[in-house]
Amino acid sequence: MLDVKAGDEQSFTLLLHRYRTPLVNFLYRMVRNREQAEDLAQEVFLRVYRAREDYVPSAKFTTWLFRIATNLALNSVRDTRYQRMEISLDAPVTVDAEEGEGKTPDIAEKHPNIEQHLVEETRKKMIRHAIEKLPEKQRAAVLLHKYQELDYGEIAKILQCSESALKSLLFRAYETLRVELAPLVAQQGNS
Amino acid sequence: MSCSRMEKKILGYVDGRLGESERLEVEKHLAVCAGCRLRVNEFRAVSGLLDELPMIEPSAAFDLRVRARVAAIPVKQSWWAWLMPAPRVAIAAAMLVAAMLWVGTRPGRNQPQIAQDDIPVLENYDVLSNFEPLTELPPPVQADDGGQPQNPQL
Repeated sequence: MLDVKAGDEQSFTLLLHRYRTPLVNFLYRMVRNREQAEDLAQEVFLRVYRAREDYVPSAKFTTWLFRIATNLALNSVRDTRYQRMEISLDAPVTVDAEEGEGKTPDIAEKHPNIEQHLVEETRKKMIRHAIEKLPEKQRAAVLLHKYQELDYGEIAKILQCSESALKSLLFRAYETLRVELAPLVAQQGNS
Repeated sequence: MSCSRMEKKILGYVDGRLGESERLEVEKHLAVCAGCRLRVNEFRAVSGLLDELPMIEPSAAFDLRVRARVAAIPVKQSWWAWLMPAPRVAIAAAMLVAAMLWVGTRPGRNQPQIAQDDIPVLENYDVLSNFEPLTELPPPVQADDGGQPQNPQL
């Protein structure tokens, strides 16, 4: 980032390549809409670029990056919460990227055992929905902890809370997930 | 260690993020608490389930869109930089300022003019001011009004 600050455009390209996938995935799991997630990720990079001259390496770059992303995601989730409530039940059901848009004709080719494939898809859907049902801050904490593998100190800075509060937040989130995913948890325990 | 204190350590234990002493402390508690042992196993199962979600890849146009948005950011210029593309304007402005300064510092026409006839008097000012007979003149004589009030009607 210090090279980007010094005006090295190539370093910005490196940052883009290194962080685009984790950022898009984090934002996608926060907002549950791929297009919106990409727009937000672009906005994150734009803000990083704009702020490059004022960047002070007081914290890890990832902390700063995901703090921008988390704030954008939380604002977006809050803004669209009411819009979602207004969506008509008659609206066409959109299939998101993880749920395999346009893959139906290939199922038989790729998965000889369709039943097994359906079981796997149902399982993933349950996990996604369990994450989606978490309160926004808990969801952000779980995603940063589990998928970005950031340490407690970094996540606490991103979510602007103490490490102790973060540990309680994560504990509550895992408790909720444990209850929501109880059938799958039991299966995991037996296997 | 109590079960309530386990709340803040259990996830760190599941992830292997605890220090040696904390890990031993947790394991000591787990050895005697079936409830916390069960919870550890269930949290491990939840963590394993979260691993099952696949990652998605950004669309092919993602980089291009970022680059386009970055390129659209207006370039920040200092007040001085705006002169650079137009040196003729800069030179003209500098000449105008110099001309204004020159005009402003010239002696003004409104200053009081000294008449040509006054110059010899001024040249002799020192002589006249120190001329003894003039300094020794008697005090002016008071007009004798006879102690009577003046009558403007006379």
